[in-house]
Amino acid sequence: MIINSRFFNRSELIGFIALAAILFVILPLSLDVFRLNLVAKYLTYAFVAIGLVLCWGYGGILSLGQGVFFGLGGYCMAMFLKLEASSVENTKIQSTPGIPDFMDWNQVTALPFFWQPFHSLTFTIAAIILVPGLFALIIGTAMFKRRVGGTYFAIITQAIAAIMTILIVGQQGYTGGINGMTDLRTLKGWDIRPDHAKVILYFVEVVLLFACIGIAQFIRLTKLGRILVAMREQEDRVRFSGYSVANFKIFAFCMAAIFAAIGGAMFALNVGFMSPSFVGIVPSIEMVIYTAVGGRMSIFGAVWGSILVNFAKTSLSESFPQLWLFGLGALFIAVVLAFPNGLSGIWQDHVQPRIDRLLASRKSKPKDGWNSVADGAPAE
Amino acid sequence: MLIGHQPKPFLLAVEALTVSFDGFKAVNNLSFYVEENEIRVIIGPNGAGKTTVLDLICGKTKATSGSIQFRGKELTKLKENQIVQTGVGRKFQTPSVFEDLTVFENLEISYPRGRTVFGSLAFQRDSAVKQRVEEVAEMIFLQDRLDTYADQLSHGQKQWLEIGMLLIQDPELLMLDEPVAGMSVAERAKTAELLNRIIKDRSVLVIEHDMKFVEDIAHKVTVLHQGQILSEGTMEKVKNDPKVIEVYLGH
Repeated sequence: MIINSRFFNRSELIGFIALAAILFVILPLSLDVFRLNLVAKYLTYAFVAIGLVLCWGYGGILSLGQGVFFGLGGYCMAMFLKLEASSVENTKIQSTPGIPDFMDWNQVTALPFFWQPFHSLTFTIAAIILVPGLFALIIGTAMFKRRVGGTYFAIITQAIAAIMTILIVGQQGYTGGINGMTDLRTLKGWDIRPDHAKVILYFVEVVLLFACIGIAQFIRLTKLGRILVAMREQEDRVRFSGYSVANFKIFAFCMAAIFAAIGGAMFALNVGFMSPSFVGIVPSIEMVIYTAVGGRMSIFGAVWGSILVNFAKTSLSESFPQLWLFGLGALFIAVVLAFPNGLSGIWQDHVQPRIDRLLASRKSKPKDGWNSVADGAPAE
Repeated sequence: MLIGHQPKPFLLAVEALTVSFDGFKAVNNLSFYVEENEIRVIIGPNGAGKTTVLDLICGKTKATSGSIQFRGKELTKLKENQIVQTGVGRKFQTPSVFEDLTVFENLEISYPRGRTVFGSLAFQRDSAVKQRVEEVAEMIFLQDRLDTYADQLSHGQKQWLEIGMLLIQDPELLMLDEPVAGMSVAERAKTAELLNRIIKDRSVLVIEHDMKFVEDIAHKVTVLHQGQILSEGTMEKVKNDPKVIEVYLGH
């Protein structure tokens, strides 16, 4: 508790406890497995959003290509699952048994070399982190060392997202094309499809999510977190204080990529397939919207943004499928114009002060440090 | 590293420095030398290339040709952050401080430790850091405002904060671009006092228009005009130089 109260200030601690209670207890008890699995799907985007809080909210680097990293993580996981589902026994009706079905349909007769290592789960887990991490490192180094930033960087990341989609769709024999990788069945022999497996996967995901929240919070509290904020405002001053701005940007971008990839891998596990429709420009922009709605300076806000916007998306697109995209656009405009700090900003500016006043009026003596709450709040 | 037997151990040697922007030579074949513990003021009319000279030394602008040697190191080949690490500090004309951070955090970021990515992750706010930050905060008259966010500070206080951020780096060469511009009379006096205190034990390169201020602090004055040196020497000598009177001091 003492460690916690240093790691989180009071309002963050409340946010942490509330989120933990809701995700670990309330939702699993109150939702049926189908709805819980939907929440698991929403939460995969929360990983991306947390990464965007660091990269965009703190570092000021807007990436419109997080879907690429989400996809890389997801495809790495899906490749492992697909290989396991394509045992010789399962695929004996194919002309080449033992390779994934879509390869067989596309006249591929042997497993490509880059698929081979994905027989190993250890390799797969390493690849989920390293492939997007290295890819982000290469993009980041190429861009930030040349001082490409701001809008130009956003446009380039968006182009990369488009290229990635085209590549995946075009290389149908190796990637499953537009349909993606479907019919994922087991993880090391453990069936991921039945209800009890979905519940377990949900909990695994929530644990990982809290681990990522912890890492993000740790980074935020170190000097590196403050340098990110400093860099967002006065890049030159940071440079002339002796820091290599490019290296810090690369770090933030890589962390965001790795978080997104973990989300993608959990997506493949929880949803049971992976397709290019989660990689391209539209999903990448949606991920930025989740972060903006939740509050780009708030780690917990990012989680809430992902859950709530996706919940709205599911409910609205069930009833008015055509209206959803307009709704999403309107939501983004509204957030940018009226609430630049998103839900967490609304909470801090309007809800928190009222709670504090209510509590303060009940107690005759306010405690020490009562006023420090607002100071250290996430959206500073 | 015995260099004492050489004729003149310059701290900074700028030689044949030229920078051209699309053919326009903002600095043209400029040479000057700054000694240890010297306070050099650069003056000159608008557009003379004063700020560009500082930009070139600190690496913000790349030189077209010429050399800048600092303690024997060629600065034109280094990146900005490497130049800072060799001991050159630069203050910008408009106060550039981190407004979303507190005064303490602003100073802490400038503290010369943990400047790499992983170094900054492992950086601990220990007593040495706190002591140094408090020490510098007192010098720049902000000791009571350590927890204030920098956007709450007045223009003058921001200027002081930026000077403080340079001080905490402890550079051997301090470059100040119009440190008293936009300040009230009272702030000006305080800044002069502050500068007089911090320029001890280091060399300083200052751009300033305030002649009274220049006279107070300068050991030597360099007058720039159209990217070239018009005159150089003591304030007394420069003031009486007919060329200087014509292009600059005359009006």
